[in-house]
Amino acid sequence: MAKVRIEKLNKAYGDAVILRDIDLAVDDGEFVVLVGPSGCGKSTLLRMIAGLDGVTSGDIVIGERRVTGLEPAQRKIAMVFQSYALYPHMSVRKNMTFGLKFSGMAEDEMARRVAEAARMLRLEPLLERRPKDLSGGQRQRVAIGRAIVREPDVFLFDEPLSNLDAALRVSTRVEIAKLHRTLGATMIYVTHDQVEAMTLADRIVVMNQGRIAQEGKPLDLYYQPANLFVAGFIGSPAMNFFEARVDSIESGEISLSGADFASFKPAVGNARVTAGAKVTVGVRPEHLIAAAGSGFQIKGSIELVERLGETSYAHVRAGADHALIAEIRGRSAPAAGDSIVLGAADRDVHLFDAQGMRIGAEEAH
Amino acid sequence: MRPRISTFAVHAALGGYTLLAVLPILLVVMNSFKARNAIFASPLSPPTAQTFSLVGYAKVLGNAHVGTYFMNSLVVTLGSMGLVLLFGAMAAWALTEYRFRFSTPLVLFMSVGIMVPIRLGSVAILTMMRQAGLNDTLTALILVYVAQGLPLAIFILSEFIAQIPQDLRDASRCDGVPEARIFFEVIAPLLRPAIATVAVFTMVPIWNDLWFPLILTSSESTHTITLGVQQFLGQYITDWNSVLAALSLAILPVVVIYVIFSRQLISGLTSGAVK
Repeated sequence: MAKVRIEKLNKAYGDAVILRDIDLAVDDGEFVVLVGPSGCGKSTLLRMIAGLDGVTSGDIVIGERRVTGLEPAQRKIAMVFQSYALYPHMSVRKNMTFGLKFSGMAEDEMARRVAEAARMLRLEPLLERRPKDLSGGQRQRVAIGRAIVREPDVFLFDEPLSNLDAALRVSTRVEIAKLHRTLGATMIYVTHDQVEAMTLADRIVVMNQGRIAQEGKPLDLYYQPANLFVAGFIGSPAMNFFEARVDSIESGEISLSGADFASFKPAVGNARVTAGAKVTVGVRPEHLIAAAGSGFQIKGSIELVERLGETSYAHVRAGADHALIAEIRGRSAPAAGDSIVLGAADRDVHLFDAQGMRIGAEEAH
Repeated sequence: MRPRISTFAVHAALGGYTLLAVLPILLVVMNSFKARNAIFASPLSPPTAQTFSLVGYAKVLGNAHVGTYFMNSLVVTLGSMGLVLLFGAMAAWALTEYRFRFSTPLVLFMSVGIMVPIRLGSVAILTMMRQAGLNDTLTALILVYVAQGLPLAIFILSEFIAQIPQDLRDASRCDGVPEARIFFEVIAPLLRPAIATVAVFTMVPIWNDLWFPLILTSSESTHTITLGVQQFLGQYITDWNSVLAALSLAILPVVVIYVIFSRQLISGLTSGAVK
C-alpha cells in the first residue's frame, strides 16, 4: 500500500498539450476516481502513473520512491484494462501467474496467491478455462485477479466496466467496492461514467481539457460544484443553466433578473460580484419543485414527459424559449402540453460568474 | 435476377481462371503416366490401359542423384522459410512496436525490397558468394532466399502485429514480462495464422526457383530438384518421361507443406483476448 503523489505533471505530443501542470496527492488506501469527458486526459494520466506513457515534465512518486523514469514493472502497480487484455492462449490460472514467474517467485507462493484471488473473485471453477470460454463479467474478474496476485502498491483501473452490459456493470461495481474495503489498497480509477465515480470514490477528480477542474468528496462536487464545467458534468440529467444579470447588491443579497425566470434575491454572503455583471444561474432537475416559491421561480409549458416509474423527467420550454428538464417524483406526473410553475429553494440554486466560477459562501450540507 | 447473373459471372471468371491455372499441371501429371509415343501421339488424352506406363518414375527414382536433389530442395526451402519467419516476425515486431532512430528509413528500405526483384542483383550476389567462399553451397542459396523473402514477410507480419490490441502489450508490461518474452510468448502465439500465410507465400517461390541454383550451384551434390530435372532435358534428345515424372514428384512436397500450414490458417485465435 502506498501514497501516490503527482507533481507539476505535463504531457504534450509536439504542440498538442494533453495534460497541464497536474498536481494530485492520493492517500494510502484511498479510492480516487478520475472522471471527465473523452479527451480530457484522464486515461493519459493513468497511463503515465502506470509508466506506459512517458512524462514530458514533472514527477510521479509512489510510496517514497520517485518512479518517473521507471518501467511499469518496477513501479509496483497493477492495471486493469477496459478490454480486459487477457492472454488468449493461456488458461485463467496461467493468465494470473504469467507475470509472476518473471519475478522469481516460488511456485507455492504463486499457487497460494492464485487460490486467494480465485476465492475472493469466485474464479475457482474457471481456473483451467481459456478466456474465450468466459463471459465478459468473468473475464473482467480474471483481469482483476491478475492484478490482485501481484499484490501491488497501487491498483490502476482504466474504465474497467465500460465493456460490460448494464446489469453486470452494477454487480461488478459493487464487487470492486467490496474489494477495496477488503484489501484496503490504494486505487486510482478512470471512468467517464459519473455514477461509477459517485458510488466508488472516496474522492473524485474531475478533469477537463488537461486540467483538474475540481477535486473533492463526491457529495461536495454534487452540492458545491466549483465551476460551470463540474456543475454541468456531475449529475444526470445535467444541471439547467440560465443567463442572468446582477441588478443590485445589498447586504449580502443580490437581486437577479433574466429573460427566463422571475427576478429573485439569493443570499451570496460576501461574494465578490458587482452590479451589472453577467452571471449564470444553475438548478438541478431534481431540485426543481412543481410549486411557486419565494426564491427562484420559472413558468413554462411541458413539451415531453419521460416516465421512468417512480420519477418522470419533464422537458419544459420556459421563459424566452429556454429548454430545461425537471424531475418530478410520484405517481401524478403532468402531461405534455400542461403549463407548469417550477421553483427551487435558495440552497439549491447555484451561481456562477462570467468566468464560470462559483459565487457564494461555502456551506455545509 | 441481377444477383444471379453477377454470381454467374463471378463464378465463370473464377472457373475460367482455375482451368487456366490447373490445366498445365494436369497435363504434366497425366502425361507423366504415359509411354513416350503416347505422349506425342495424343498429349491431351488421359492414360489408358494401353498407354499407361511408369517408365518415367522408374527412371527418375532409379537415378542416384534425384534423392539428393529432393533433400537439397527440402533443406533450402525449409531452412530459408524458418529463417524468414523468425527474422521477419522479429523485425516486424521491432518496426511496429518501437520507435527508434532509423525505423522509418528501415521500413522504406524493406518496401524497396518488395518492389525490386532480387534477380537484378544476380551478378553482385555471385561475386559476393564467391568472395565469401560460399560458392556452390546450400548456405549461399538459403542466404539469398532469406533476403528475397524477408521484405514481404515483414510487411505482412507488421500488418498483423498492428492488429494485436495495444492493451495486451501494455498488460504484459505492467505484469513485468521482459520484452523478448512478450514477443515470443504473447505476440508470436497470436501471430500463428499470419505466420502460416507467410510460410506458404515464402515457400512456393523458393521451391520452384531455378535461377539461383543455376548460377550459385555447380556440383550435382548441391543441385535442387528444379535444377536436377534439367539434366533430362538434352539439346538433342529430351527424356520427356523422366522430365514429367520428376516435375510431378516435385509438386508433392509443396502440396504437403501447404496442407500442413493451411491447417494453421485458422482465424479467430485472438477471440477472448479483448472485448
